[in-house]
Amino acid sequence: MRLKSFPGGIHPHDEKHYSASAPISALPTPERVIIHLSQHIGAVSSPSVKVGDTVLRGQVVAVPAGFVSLTQHASISGKVTKIGKFLHPTGIMSMGIEITSDGQNQSVDMPDNPDYMSLEINVLKERVSAAGVCGMGGAGFPTHVKLSPPADKPIDTIVLNGVECEPFLTSDYRLLLERAEDILHGLRLLMKIVGAKKGVIGIEANKPDAIELLQKLVANQKDLEVVPLKMQYPQGAEKQLIYAATGRKVPAGGLPMAVGVLVQNVATAVAIYEAVRYQKPLIERVISVTGSIVNKPMNLLAPIGTLYSDLLEHCGGVSAPIGKAISGGPMMGFALPSLDAAMTKGSSGLVLFDEKTAKSMQEHTCLRCARCVDICPMNLMPTGIATAVKYNDLDMAVKAGLNDCIKCGACAYVCPSQIRLVQWIDTGKIRYAEAQRKK
Amino acid sequence: MNIKDKLTVSAAPHVHDKSTVKNVMWNVVIALVPALIFATYYWGIRALLLSLTGAVTAVVCEALIQKLRKVPITVHDGSAFLTGLLLAFNIHAGAPIWLPIIGAAFAITIGKQVFGGLGNNPVNPAIVGRVFLMASWPTHMTGGWVAVKNSALSGLNDLTRIATDLQSLSPKAYELVTSATPLKVAQTLRDSSFVADINAQAGGLNLSGRIFSSLTEMETLKSLFWGNIGGCIGEVSAFALLLGAAYLLYKNIIEWRIPLFFIGTVFVLSFIFGGIPGSEISIMLPFFHIFSGGLMLGAFFMATDYTTTPLTKKGRIIFGIGCGLLTIIIRLVGGYPEGVSYSILFMNVMTPLIDMLTRPKAFGRVKK
Repeated sequence: MRLKSFPGGIHPHDEKHYSASAPISALPTPERVIIHLSQHIGAVSSPSVKVGDTVLRGQVVAVPAGFVSLTQHASISGKVTKIGKFLHPTGIMSMGIEITSDGQNQSVDMPDNPDYMSLEINVLKERVSAAGVCGMGGAGFPTHVKLSPPADKPIDTIVLNGVECEPFLTSDYRLLLERAEDILHGLRLLMKIVGAKKGVIGIEANKPDAIELLQKLVANQKDLEVVPLKMQYPQGAEKQLIYAATGRKVPAGGLPMAVGVLVQNVATAVAIYEAVRYQKPLIERVISVTGSIVNKPMNLLAPIGTLYSDLLEHCGGVSAPIGKAISGGPMMGFALPSLDAAMTKGSSGLVLFDEKTAKSMQEHTCLRCARCVDICPMNLMPTGIATAVKYNDLDMAVKAGLNDCIKCGACAYVCPSQIRLVQWIDTGKIRYAEAQRKK
Repeated sequence: MNIKDKLTVSAAPHVHDKSTVKNVMWNVVIALVPALIFATYYWGIRALLLSLTGAVTAVVCEALIQKLRKVPITVHDGSAFLTGLLLAFNIHAGAPIWLPIIGAAFAITIGKQVFGGLGNNPVNPAIVGRVFLMASWPTHMTGGWVAVKNSALSGLNDLTRIATDLQSLSPKAYELVTSATPLKVAQTLRDSSFVADINAQAGGLNLSGRIFSSLTEMETLKSLFWGNIGGCIGEVSAFALLLGAAYLLYKNIIEWRIPLFFIGTVFVLSFIFGGIPGSEISIMLPFFHIFSGGLMLGAFFMATDYTTTPLTKKGRIIFGIGCGLLTIIIRLVGGYPEGVSYSILFMNVMTPLIDMLTRPKAFGRVKK
């Protein structure tokens, strides 16, 4: 069978064997968690508790500061012990609420509502919003915002992202295998909320068992389709996935809704299902703790806000000194200064490298070999952007594609001169934003 | 566990395909080894000696200049070695030993280092070296092809079949086929006064047509393919060069667009325009053109030089077609029998313009 894909892209080793066969297991309640106030794209949530308050698991601890913002909940029961700056998985210090466990792990009421499908659309949207659901693939866009598209941009297709093209990560893969039906429930809900006629699930070909399972489950449902996709990075990038799964091209600078599509990660679909049926807030997620030096690589169902150090300890620690700790996957994830960071709703993995693998190579002059141009999934000239940024020529950088870059990192992956293209392009994006503000 | 100071913090991506400049350059050198072996087999150890002299000179020169410029010495990356080797490949095995030395030194200093070294040179340094030698010592560069060691005659040895005959028919024609490269023969046969001369010497026979059609005979093409022919070291055997090219394509070091469109253009145009008056156009004529001279070497190893060729895919197609078109123009109507290096040089200069005009449209961006 010819697998669908997108133009460009690379084929890194998938490295998923470390944790792929480990079933999802629940992490015992940690001693403390840190609920970050910025787990999403948009305004930072405002705390609604103060130090000393007792909170239950699932209780609201921060409220949205605007429409594009998010409600945050306590993920364990206990006492608020500090509100201040903590290490964020993106490597920066950021405001968060520290909750110290009382050991009871008492939850707020989460009543089952088996007839959830017949609820009104408004109620469905409210429940998603109240549960603080955001995109769990990494970017963390608030889901309730995506579910309220303008009336002139009707959505006819929901695309569920089960690609997981980042090397090492297996959390979505395990969800596909173990929560397949819940994923489909979430998909049905999404279709109902935005009035989409079709639901598509894109899964990369390196997960044949997941493809087979899902295909079996949708066999009698004409409006649902499982699309096996070629193993190619960045297959899970929004625009690339939409093109591969539906053949539609999102216009540059536009959103998927411009072509009538809404994309959600499979983990988000499960969160939506739980939010609607049980009114369960997004307080836990599956995260892969993996890498060649991790003693017991696992896929852990862990409370949001768990410290990475606690996750690793549960996985039996490491067999060799850690050289690099990556929050997320190795292509787009963030290298952490320490394991004191607390996971957020978008934390799909903790990948650990030994010291040798962590060594970064020396940057050389560009040979103009054009590999970056050839594989750029956005059809840009990465070396042209980077060079323009280096010489501070922002106009040239924009012409070479500065604003279209999705920072997937494929260019830097193939560069024989080891040029840190993404870093240069990111610098350019920041400088460009500054220049625009000044205007 | 105090690991704070030990963790590497750097920007994504955190993995790499492990390709390096060094790896790229030495792989191209490896791809030239079959041609070097063939050249040594046909022309003796001297071909090897001249080639290594060029390569070593280039390495020494680059190291010296980098020392003078007070920049890190990077000769281990193989790029200078490759330039020197390619330069020597443009010299024939009978040339004096100082020729590759001067050529390689010129290629590295003027062709590469004055612009800032690897990645910054506007045109292919090996071709700069070759063109400099051609302009300065044309007789050493073009004259005195060495006899092919394993056969009786230099130049078009396969014309021996008609050569004995030729000696009595027309001394002038005999001299041509025994001392010139196949392309030179083809070029000379386009000279109407020369053609009139030899045909007259032969008493009105269509001698020119006879020689011309022998160029496209299977025997000649076989010699061109395997390398049993006079010419520069690197022009030796289309087979050996194709072997190296296949390796580079397999290793993803060169990309197919430039060689395909370069060779393809020569193939098509030589079929349409390659004939001479008084001779039938052979279906084999394009094969004569693509297997002779420096086309294989140029198309796969010099026109694919990263730094001096377009970044864009469309640009590479234009580059290839441009090279092919110029090569055919020079071969068929120009003053030189061979035009590969000049056409690459010309297209190198066009590269920034081509890049500017073929800038790709971002995914999802509509053409204005």
